[in-house]
Amino acid sequence: MYSKKLARLAFGLLAEPTFKCTLTRSVSSRVNAVRTLCSWTVCLHHRRKNPLSEGLTRLNVRTVSQTTLDPAEVRKFQAMASKWWDLQGEFAALHSMNDLRVPFIRDNLLNVHGIRQLGKPLAGLRILDVGCGGGVLSEPLGRLGADVRGIDPVEDSVRTAELHSSYDPDLRERVRYQACTLEELAEEELEGFHAVVASEVVEHLADLDAFASCCQQVLKPGGSLFITTINKTNLSYVFGIVAAEQLLRIVPSGTHDWEKFVSPEDLERLLESFGFYVEAIRGMMYNPLTGAWSWQQSTAINYALHAIKRKEEPQPGQVWPESENLDEPGRATNYS
Amino acid sequence: MQQQNTDTCCLCSCLKKLNEPSTSENELFDIIISGGGMVGTAMACSLGLEPNLAGKKILLLEAGHKKEMNRVPETYSTRVSSISPGSATLLSLGAWDHIVNMRCKPYNKMQVWDACSDALITFDKENLQDEMAYIVENDVIVAALTKQLQTLSDHVEVQYRTKVVKYTWPHPYHVSESIPWVQVTLANGKTLHTKLLIGADGPNSMVRREAGIPTVKWNYDQSAVVAVLHLSEPTENNVAWQRFLPTGPIAMLPLSDTESSLVWSTSHQHAEELLQLDEESFVDAINSAFWSNENHSELVETAGSLFRMALSVLMPDSGSARQLPPSVAGIGPKSRVMFPLGMGHATEYIRHRVAIIGDAAHRVHPLAGQGANLGFGDVAYLTKVLSQAAFNGKDLGKSMQHLLEFETERQRHNLPMMAAVDLMKRLYSTNAAPMVLLRTFGLQATNTLPPLKEQIMAYASK
Repeated sequence: MYSKKLARLAFGLLAEPTFKCTLTRSVSSRVNAVRTLCSWTVCLHHRRKNPLSEGLTRLNVRTVSQTTLDPAEVRKFQAMASKWWDLQGEFAALHSMNDLRVPFIRDNLLNVHGIRQLGKPLAGLRILDVGCGGGVLSEPLGRLGADVRGIDPVEDSVRTAELHSSYDPDLRERVRYQACTLEELAEEELEGFHAVVASEVVEHLADLDAFASCCQQVLKPGGSLFITTINKTNLSYVFGIVAAEQLLRIVPSGTHDWEKFVSPEDLERLLESFGFYVEAIRGMMYNPLTGAWSWQQSTAINYALHAIKRKEEPQPGQVWPESENLDEPGRATNYS
Repeated sequence: MQQQNTDTCCLCSCLKKLNEPSTSENELFDIIISGGGMVGTAMACSLGLEPNLAGKKILLLEAGHKKEMNRVPETYSTRVSSISPGSATLLSLGAWDHIVNMRCKPYNKMQVWDACSDALITFDKENLQDEMAYIVENDVIVAALTKQLQTLSDHVEVQYRTKVVKYTWPHPYHVSESIPWVQVTLANGKTLHTKLLIGADGPNSMVRREAGIPTVKWNYDQSAVVAVLHLSEPTENNVAWQRFLPTGPIAMLPLSDTESSLVWSTSHQHAEELLQLDEESFVDAINSAFWSNENHSELVETAGSLFRMALSVLMPDSGSARQLPPSVAGIGPKSRVMFPLGMGHATEYIRHRVAIIGDAAHRVHPLAGQGANLGFGDVAYLTKVLSQAAFNGKDLGKSMQHLLEFETERQRHNLPMMAAVDLMKRLYSTNAAPMVLLRTFGLQATNTLPPLKEQIMAYASK
């Protein structure tokens, strides 16, 4: 068991390409005996020790490795790399999620920065799309005028994204992709972005602390962090795993691991500890009949979060350089 | 693993080929509108003025020459349209001012009556002060829109005398090494690409035909004769008149205090005869068509007046006195023209990266004066839908969700209107007693129900 934990430091590869997850939580320990290479082993070991674990101890499961990456997750998405732009395929729900997340990002950025240019509301803003996959979210943000950098550890996905955006001269200029991890990028681009978007990503990560720390590094002070992910509740198990993966096949089986879901409260606490201020959390819901997403009051299943990196308080006698693009009239200056 | 490796190699090689742009930057447009008539030019203006579409490259292709009108010509042109307040609102984004400065005639009241009985119906706004609609010459509309377009020349380009010979449709799914845009091949050999093609090329639309959109259509055995009429004496002339003859409706639409426009829908043969008549006989034919009661039969007259008495007992204040249209003294020089009439409706208004608007999507009988208005309604809604799509960062031609919204909404509006117009045409194409009685009672009853009339006017004003 412990050797498996250490093995996750390197890029391990799982043997089975299809990820059948056909059992409920109560019998998952029996599954373990069958699936020897599964990364669930760590979670399950932890759960046997502490079956009623609540709160932050859950996150300890993921803080073992030094990297945000989970090799099992990487392998999973590698197998689906060519399917990103098949609108009726496995990623159809992500395409229709754009109807919520693009306006969410756009409107919150407009609130902070004001409208930049007619027809290109996000012109001049640098946005980082973490876990961009095939560029499903990067492209609309690019069309709205932003300078988008999309990163994803799966190289095939990045190639697919580059190919898809290469036909459109507008996108070619504004959206760039890179096959790398967030940690690698954080070393080059300190305080380089106005916004970081991590949509449907945190539930696939190995180490949330490292992720939050890297986001904090790459964001300009006062910059925005947008996260959409799935809550860790009974309801999200029923709808997000059982219904979505097994019954309705909205996403392929094995896409999500309930143990990795994060509740908005935990996420908020984590982000605050890394110097963010959570400005908005909104619940989202998917209707499998219409294939459309909608906003809702409850964050029990899916939710979207907008956090802002606090600007450093200037020490007396010290002059801090202000980020040039944030000095716009009409924007909120008081974040704390 | 092997399969994955070859997939990666294939992707890499595709990428290398596409590193040089395969479509040169100045040939790729965001939107190309094919057809520069009233509706096509209005679409170009509307898109050009839309703030969320600022920065998009828009092109209008028109086979004819540029229609400019620095000074309005003395004589009126024969082709006119009735512009509803809804359409006027759309055009008010700049072009309406030009129209008002050139030439247009508002009218406050419309009287529609039967030749086979005494039944009539009048439409007017409450106090006769508000305008119901406007009669504007088609040339004036196009010239005004063209003038407006010139102010938008930085991102709306227009190519006149440009004929399209071929359209090539893209594969709806992303296929590597094929161009995902619509290709438009021009007669001069150039090829243009666009993310969204809007077909506004009239009832015999090439866009619709080449996209393979099935169309329900039939020809009415009727042609319309249009002419400019000189009235016997000047009058306030703010009423539109239409009388249903058994051969087809004849309408007189006001152009000024002394002139009106004639639209006479009748059988092909009769239309040709009318064109052959000398001016005096033609004028006599018009006057007699409006004034004579030769088609009345005793049965229908009696039944009609009984019904009217019954209605006046039930609803004493409604019901209108029949007025007679002004008499005609002469016609404008060289102004008699005829054109065939038909009905057409495209079963789909959209395809992947294509939308059709105006007469390309729907063609109606002129008896209700709605053809142009339906087209302008399409323009307004499609602009709204594209604006929303652009504000959400969508690929304009590919967001089927938005295009479907346009199609659904417009079909919901257009189909009932077209069905009603077709029904009216068929209902009034006969002088058989049962049909005449039916429509007499129907018309008289409708005339006494102001709420119903208001509904009809509201629907037609959109």
